[in-house]
Amino acid sequence: MFNHFPFLHGVDAPMYYVALMTFILIGSSVTMVLAVDAGHHMKQKKVILYMFLTIIGGAIFVGSQAWEWKNFINGEYGAVETHGGQILQFVDNTGHRVALENIAVAVPGEREQHQKKNGVWYNGEKELPTYSMNEIIKGFEAKPEILVRTQILDENGQKTILSREESLAKLKAEGRNIVEGANLKHNEYGTPLFADFFFFITGFHGFHVFSGVIINIIIFFNVIIGTYERRGSYEMVEKVGLYWHFVDLVWVFVFTFFYLV
Amino acid sequence: MAHDTAHGKDPIKRIWFVFALLSIVTIVEVILGIIKPAFLIENTFIKMKLLNWIFIILTIYKAYYITWAFMHMEGETKGLRRSVVWTAIFLVCYLVTILLVEGDYIYEVYRTGHQAWDF
Repeated sequence: MFNHFPFLHGVDAPMYYVALMTFILIGSSVTMVLAVDAGHHMKQKKVILYMFLTIIGGAIFVGSQAWEWKNFINGEYGAVETHGGQILQFVDNTGHRVALENIAVAVPGEREQHQKKNGVWYNGEKELPTYSMNEIIKGFEAKPEILVRTQILDENGQKTILSREESLAKLKAEGRNIVEGANLKHNEYGTPLFADFFFFITGFHGFHVFSGVIINIIIFFNVIIGTYERRGSYEMVEKVGLYWHFVDLVWVFVFTFFYLV
Repeated sequence: MAHDTAHGKDPIKRIWFVFALLSIVTIVEVILGIIKPAFLIENTFIKMKLLNWIFIILTIYKAYYITWAFMHMEGETKGLRRSVVWTAIFLVCYLVTILLVEGDYIYEVYRTGHQAWDF
């Protein structure tokens, strides 16, 4: 699911972008150390330069995180959720995933979204998915090369791909609704629990990076107006530096447990 | 701040050395994560894949350099270093134990219950 890279559409780039983000964050940590070191030698100009680079690195990181959230939330292929909450994905006969838009056929007479203004006025409903279950099932019947992939792992640790008959039976008997993208309740890529953990942990970390950038900016302006030059010590730069390294340290663990393991 | 003069080597040089080291370790991790060598996945040590052991050990290795070099822990007194590191280690051990013992509690309740849930 983390196979996207900016401006490279449709290119399979596993983890490249998150690796780049990691480098940017470590790099901003390095410029922070350099700023602290320049502060020890009371070199105001150098502190300004290195703190500026640190802030830029942090801002790029937060922006990248937001971009990744956008990809995850919007999803790419879409999937069907069963009554038991399992995810059924669609693959072609080469094992590549197929998007819902390539499966669905338009079925006339589909229902419209029930809005507050119609009928019982205080009862609205959530936005309907792009396709209905009926459209997906009809489209699936019409395209014989498409199969269903379940989340159950076989003995080699691969996700099981059902035969054509099994696929159709499973889809009709157990399919409940369409899932597009991920949120705290549904996740087209796998279990909702992973999405929960992912949003919770990276959200917390991203918030810390964001606050770190804000604090860095405050200290950055203090450096520019010469507060620490008058005070005779750049200890505040060192303190925000410690916070910044802490955020970097946490990212090292987040990177391992959410992207690698 | 006493640690300025604690180590005689050029601090700038050391910073760039640590940066290179962290980058190389990250690149190795990403490469391993992409190619996923079969024998590292098939073999396990204490119920965990060797690959995951490698990732966790390399992560701790990186964490060591970040705290020691960037957060200048290496210049602090022994007492402070020990109180910070051992506290964290005890806390992590506690949390890992809780997860290993209780992590599948809800799963067990579902599994031994009488209602179908995984369908």
